[in-house]
Amino acid sequence: MTVAFDYTRSTGPVIGRFLTGLRDGHVVGGRTSAGAVVVPPLEFDPVTHEPTTDFVEVSSVGTVTSWTWVPEPVKDQPFDRPFAFALVTLDGADVPFLHALDVSSPDEVTTGMRVRVRWAAERTGHINDIACFEPVAALDEVEGGAGGPDRARPQPRNEAATEQSRSGDVPAAPVTGVVTRVSLDYDYAASPEESLFYRGLNEGRIMGQRCPTCQKVYIPPRSACPADGTPTEEEVELSQTGTVTTFCIVNVPFLGQKITPPYVSAYVLLDGADIAVLHLILGVPADEVRMGMRVKAVWKPRDEWTFSLENIDHFAPTGEPDAEFDTYKQHL
Amino acid sequence: MRDVAVVGFAQRQMPEFDGSPTCVELLVPVFKELYEQTGWTRKDVGFWCSGSSDYLAGRSFSFVQAVDAIGVIPPVNESHVEMDLAWAMYEAWIKIQTGEVDTALVYAFGKSSAGVLRRTLALQLEPYTMTPLWPDTVSLAGLQARTGIDAGLWDERAMAEVANRSLTDAEKNEYAIRKGGSSVDELLARPMYADPLRKHDCAPVTDGVAALVLAAGDRAREVRDRPAWLTGIAHNVDPMGMGVRDLTRSPSAQRAGAALDLDGVEVAELHAPFSHQELILRRELGLADDVAVNPSGGALTSNPMFSAGGIRVGEAATRIWSGEASKVLAHATSGPALQQNLVCTLDAATEGAGN
Repeated sequence: MTVAFDYTRSTGPVIGRFLTGLRDGHVVGGRTSAGAVVVPPLEFDPVTHEPTTDFVEVSSVGTVTSWTWVPEPVKDQPFDRPFAFALVTLDGADVPFLHALDVSSPDEVTTGMRVRVRWAAERTGHINDIACFEPVAALDEVEGGAGGPDRARPQPRNEAATEQSRSGDVPAAPVTGVVTRVSLDYDYAASPEESLFYRGLNEGRIMGQRCPTCQKVYIPPRSACPADGTPTEEEVELSQTGTVTTFCIVNVPFLGQKITPPYVSAYVLLDGADIAVLHLILGVPADEVRMGMRVKAVWKPRDEWTFSLENIDHFAPTGEPDAEFDTYKQHL
Repeated sequence: MRDVAVVGFAQRQMPEFDGSPTCVELLVPVFKELYEQTGWTRKDVGFWCSGSSDYLAGRSFSFVQAVDAIGVIPPVNESHVEMDLAWAMYEAWIKIQTGEVDTALVYAFGKSSAGVLRRTLALQLEPYTMTPLWPDTVSLAGLQARTGIDAGLWDERAMAEVANRSLTDAEKNEYAIRKGGSSVDELLARPMYADPLRKHDCAPVTDGVAALVLAAGDRAREVRDRPAWLTGIAHNVDPMGMGVRDLTRSPSAQRAGAALDLDGVEVAELHAPFSHQELILRRELGLADDVAVNPSGGALTSNPMFSAGGIRVGEAATRIWSGEASKVLAHATSGPALQQNLVCTLDAATEGAGN
């Protein structure tokens, strides 16, 4: 399972100044009230708490003050093969700055070694405009120091800034925002109760569990009764018919909608259950759906079944008389 | 100030939990164990507070689903921190100090193994200039370890000594997921992993849950003959950036410790997920050589996210309950490279309680 989101952030005047500098090919620090040049600049002075306004361009060459080997890079790091992270104090700065260092083994890096910024091929106003640091000596040996298959990979870019930097001869506008894509991969494990529920659906059955304390039947089953905190262990196969307790008519179209509005989304209280499930009501005009209407599960063709509640295509009216209000009023 | 004590503690730890990321299946038996320890039912608990993160669970509002483990009819007085159990305990301690409640049960859960933990934790970093580089937890700790090695403050042998002592002590801890000491020389002969760190210098990825019970005054005395009175609690934070603080130090830990009376501490449970961090913490807290550090084996032998700091409190409290010690210290950390630190003292006597 992957959860991903593009975090869009405004930069403010200080980080924006720093990122604008990177886009334009130089490194900008900020001077603190104590006179220290800090890269990246601090938004507020650590002593006076005033906004940083004194910006200083520092060298793109500096000295490694600490480093660590990265034997097994994780996704989206500057390299997808082993490399070093380093703290580098650039000439003209007083404190170090974190970035990747392009070396192929820990034997090639020492504290105190001289390194320089390798700029990304395309710069947009993002921390990844610095592709990495690289040893100064290696640069002297290999003309330009760039190229080759082991180059740092391109990184997510700020599209807005890209547009600005392509805007012709006029000086590009300052960077005011960045977009950072965050994508996280998870191995999703179903709980025993979720396994029971989804395995049941794959066999055309609707499975719930009963709380041994209050006797309530939960669907989907959960690891503990939310009323009592008691594990719900007794398995209960539920009826395929139930009662509409409440519903809404969907009239508003939205992206990814699978059914043409108007249609009805309803809570269906299956016979024998104590909690309703949300599902679609089809097979009846939307304006005829009502509280108390008796409905039954309509399953997709068996060869389309999987471990999903979507095996039930929708619920449709049974034609029985409506349920009395008293039979479901506790479930509204 | 009211006298407040830790009177209950339960934990579950494992390398890989084969269940839901809300860990409800683990919390239910942990709460049951605490009801047995205290003789209470859930209705005796005045306040509940949990610590967890949706980034670990990979789903939103995971802490709301975890509330199922409590049972909330009738409704309960409940809160949550996106922090370690130790900070949930801090909130509960304040809640009891307000006089609104006399008792609290705080719990935390985390399924670290669902994602790549050292990568997921990059989301707690500064989002403009750090997170996009995805500096993993191990790398940031490696940068810190080397600053101390280069400065001559510690060396690989001192780090291996911490690891060997922790692995040896963990043999007596049924919950530790990594255990078995050998010798410092044997550990140093093992290959480097994230130079300057070997694998035994880094806490193992651990899933688990833990919970603590707090009670004020006579409510605490009803539960235990020797409650572990929280005689002092303080927490501080250092700047996020790796470049703007001295990585060989932890000024926030020093400051939290300095706010408390640490004289006479016999046992210290320090939350040090990397071996060199124990060396930093010992120095910042000014712990004498005769203080027993991490007799549980510490975080180097199991470090369940969002529980491991609070587990230090629980492990320290058990030394008071058993009569083994009269004054103990517990520490919890959060953020990269010991950025944020909480320190508390637990005492067999209430004198000085409510620091």
